[in-house]
Amino acid sequence: MWSWAKRQLLGFWRILRRPSRHYSLGFLTVAGFVVGILFWGGFNTALEATNTETFCTSCHEMRDNVFQELKSTIHYTNRSGVRATCPDCHVPHNWTDKIARKMQASKEVWGKIFGTINTREKFLDERLILANHEWQRLKANDSLECRNCHNYDSMDLTRQASRAAQVHKLWLGSGEKTCIDCHKGIAHRLPDMTEIPQG
Amino acid sequence: MRNKPWKTIGLALLLVLVFAAGWKIGHAPRTGIAPKAPPMPVDARAIFVPESGQIDGLRRGVPVDQEGHPPPIARVENADLKRVRAYPMQPPTIPHAIDGYQVDKNSNRCLLCHARANAATFQAPPVSVTHYMDRDDQFLATISPRRYFCNQCHVVQTDAPVLVASQFRDIDSVMAQPATPASASPGPAEPRQPSSAAPPAAKE
Repeated sequence: MWSWAKRQLLGFWRILRRPSRHYSLGFLTVAGFVVGILFWGGFNTALEATNTETFCTSCHEMRDNVFQELKSTIHYTNRSGVRATCPDCHVPHNWTDKIARKMQASKEVWGKIFGTINTREKFLDERLILANHEWQRLKANDSLECRNCHNYDSMDLTRQASRAAQVHKLWLGSGEKTCIDCHKGIAHRLPDMTEIPQG
Repeated sequence: MRNKPWKTIGLALLLVLVFAAGWKIGHAPRTGIAPKAPPMPVDARAIFVPESGQIDGLRRGVPVDQEGHPPPIARVENADLKRVRAYPMQPPTIPHAIDGYQVDKNSNRCLLCHARANAATFQAPPVSVTHYMDRDDQFLATISPRRYFCNQCHVVQTDAPVLVASQFRDIDSVMAQPATPASASPGPAEPRQPSSAAPPAAKE
C-alpha cells in the first residue's frame, strides 16, 4: 500500500519535472494565464463570501450571542441607514491584512469543529478572552477598522456634543489614545471588566 | 305534589319553554346595529383634559373606545450643560444622552468617566464622596454597591411636555418673597416655566 502510493507520487513528480513533450510553450503560457484567472476569481469570490454578515451569522455561536447584541446598537440600525456588518469591524479591508486575518481565523474553524463556545455558558466563560483578542488587535493596528469609516480628520467637532468634542480633541487628536481605548463594548456587551483598564 | 303529577310536568314544561325562548332571543343576530368602521386614530398628545379637569397620563384624553396616535418619542437633551438643582440634595440630572450604556454586574459605563480615577481624563464631574460610603458612613475604596446603579437617582431629561405642571419653588425664591402680614399661609404660587419648575422625575 505505502510502496504503491510512493511509486505513484514518484511517477507524478517525474512527469512534473520533465519538460513538456506535446504542448507548446505558448499554449502552456496562455493556459496557465487563463487557469490562473479562473483560480484567482474563484478564490476571491469564496473569500468574499466568508466576509459577509450572512456567513458569520450562519453559525449559531455568532447568531445567538454577539449578533443579537449588535442589533440594538447604532452600528446596526441608525437614522441614516448605514450598517457596519461583522467584517467591517473584525476583518481589515486592506488585502494583505485581510489575508493575514483570514489565516488567523482558521483557529475559529477549529473552535467551531470542537465546539469551544457551542453553548451560551461556554461563550460567557470564554468571552473575556475573546474580547481581549479583539481589543489587543485593535490597539495594535491603531483601531484600523474603526478608522476605515471614522476618520479624525473628517470629524466635525463642532457637530459633536461638546463633551465628545473635547475628549476627542484631547486624546484622539493628540494621538495619545486610539478609539478602542475608550470605545470598548460599543457593539457587543462587555464581559466582567474588573482589572481591565478603560479610558 | 305527589298526587298532582300534571302540575309538576306542566311546570317543568313551562320552565323549558322559557329557557328555550331566552336562548333563542339571546342568540338572534342583532339587526339595526351595523358594524362600525374602525375609528380614525385620535391625536393623543393632549394630556390635560379640560372638561374633566383631570390629568390623563395613560390615555391622554383619547376616549376608551378609540385608538390614539402615540405621541412622538421624546428626544434626550444632549447639550452637556449642567442644570441647576431644584433643591439642595437633588441628585443632579444627566446633561447628556446615555443610549446603550451598559450598567450591570460586568461593567458600568457611567463610571468609565465619572469614577474618581477617570474624572480628570474625561473632564467629567466625579461622583460625590457620599457614593463611596456604605450605610454606616464608612468609606469604601470603590463605589458603594448601593450607589452602583446610577439611573436609580440620576436621569436624563427629554423635551417631552410635562405631564404635571409643578408649582414647586426652591427655598431661595420662597425667602425672597416679601412676607404678607394678612395671613400666615403663603399665597398662591405664580405658575412658572415648566422647564425650570418641574421636578426632574416628572419629565423622565
